[in-house]
Amino acid sequence: MTTAPAQAGWRFRQPSVIPGFGLTLGFSLAYLTLIILIPLSGLIWRSAALGWTDFWALATDRRTLTALKISFGTAFIAAAVNVVFGSLVAWVLVRYRFPGRRVVDAMVDLPFALPTAVAGIALTTLYAPKGWLGQLLMPLGIKVAYTPLGIVVALVFIGLPFVVRTVQPIMEEIDKEVEEAAATLGASRFQIITRVLLPGLAPAIITGFSLAFARGVGEYGSVIFIAGNLPYKSEIAPLLIVIRLEEYNYPAATAIAAIMLGLSFIMLLVINLVQTWSRKRYG
Amino acid sequence: MADPEIISYEPQHESRSAAVTESRPVRITLTLLTLAFLVIFLLLPLIIVFKEAFAKGVGAYFASLGDADTRSAIRLTLLVAAIAVPLNLIFGLSAAWAIAKFEFKGKAFLTTLIDLPFSVSPVISGLVYVLLFGAQGLLGEWLKAHGIQILFAVPGIVLATVFVTFPFVARELIPLMQEQGNGDEEAALSLGANGWQAFWYVTLPNIKWGLLYGVLLCNARAMGEFGAVSVVSGHIRGLTNTMPLHVEILYNEYNAVGAFAVASLLAGLALVTLVLKTLLEMRYGAEIAATRGH
Repeated sequence: MTTAPAQAGWRFRQPSVIPGFGLTLGFSLAYLTLIILIPLSGLIWRSAALGWTDFWALATDRRTLTALKISFGTAFIAAAVNVVFGSLVAWVLVRYRFPGRRVVDAMVDLPFALPTAVAGIALTTLYAPKGWLGQLLMPLGIKVAYTPLGIVVALVFIGLPFVVRTVQPIMEEIDKEVEEAAATLGASRFQIITRVLLPGLAPAIITGFSLAFARGVGEYGSVIFIAGNLPYKSEIAPLLIVIRLEEYNYPAATAIAAIMLGLSFIMLLVINLVQTWSRKRYG
Repeated sequence: MADPEIISYEPQHESRSAAVTESRPVRITLTLLTLAFLVIFLLLPLIIVFKEAFAKGVGAYFASLGDADTRSAIRLTLLVAAIAVPLNLIFGLSAAWAIAKFEFKGKAFLTTLIDLPFSVSPVISGLVYVLLFGAQGLLGEWLKAHGIQILFAVPGIVLATVFVTFPFVARELIPLMQEQGNGDEEAALSLGANGWQAFWYVTLPNIKWGLLYGVLLCNARAMGEFGAVSVVSGHIRGLTNTMPLHVEILYNEYNAVGAFAVASLLAGLALVTLVLKTLLEMRYGAEIAATRGH
């Protein structure tokens, strides 16, 4: 690979005095292939081997469809909640000064660092009927633990840093002069936020939403404790994969995984397109 | 990160910034709303872990940590992280060297592939190894004939952990090394250093804090991974149970103190990770790549 033919027009790599290209690229590709690509292709190969009719039958199974709908629906709602509160958190952290701001800023990354199973049992204990928050919500007739609402709560926890950490750096880069110019031209604060600031932040907010959404769809550890896991009600797609595996129903597990993977790839593509678009427009 | 020039409560900035900030009551309301949200969603879950762990006193806490199965879960988690993190560290260094130091075709595609595990559900990360090594798997027959146990054993757990923590070090180092450019290494080489010396004495000191940052996040995820490991582990108590899996088992047995005691260790790990991460960002922010998160 190092000795790419020295043709005039096309080169595999640009010449460089720095050594180690063949070794590092070779090792990286080999490792990537062994750990990621071969196992993932195994999944694709297995689902292709099912054949279209079998795959379609497994994919349109009512329990599978409901689980997918729950996974994508709750992840969507949670990501939307995180867009609102994540942007608010980012705004307050970037623009306002208050005691303990650095600690609060560091705390935002807690969901990245806290193992999902720990988050799962902690949230379940909080929102259980006798838990600190559960007993406050009980009189209002709101049940969180063991309902789809519990899934949303867990996914809000998991997804929050994705939105904050995507939006925050863009907010820090906002040029104050634009706001001042708008203010001198007579714009109200509300107009400045909605007409001047928000359009610039939109790409970051969309990216943050997609990241939180993608993570929420695949989330397993924090959800299974709080969801109650009732089929057709609060059973998420990743859990259904685990259940099918435990039944040794490999084809069904493979089919659900392939659908989720396909949708994830589409989302990844959309995220990349949004990022390219935002770089072109605002970069 | 913080620009002290920007809006503050101090009166000296008040007149200058009045046109480009919200009124004081709005600022206070938004700040309190944010704090309330973060207390409910982030702080309370953290507090409840320690509260439940010590619900029956310090004695019960340490008694449940001294349990033989718990101790073996802790040992397994440490072992798995001790294998998975160095593997991904070597890969991260190697991939970052190839991608940041050279221009070649397909570089962007390779970078996307490295990030792939982040967009795959942890359960699917485990599933792919079951499909490969399981009894009905592609290699299942062959492995059985040769008496090699991968699934429901330590190798499977390590593989699943390597899969989910795959991008951490690489995605930290690639932007950092791209930012630093090749100048330092080229200077070292022109002064007669060989490639290995250039890496060891020039590149490594340049990237050490970013590297530590990546390893820190990689380790936190490796020790805390649940979904992927859960699928390949087989949940054999005392043998293939990592700490997060042991938390689940204890919790499902209604052993709240036991479950939260193990969880408190993992929460402690998360807190230590956060503190170190924040210190690194504060002191060596410039030497850590601009990309944060994950």
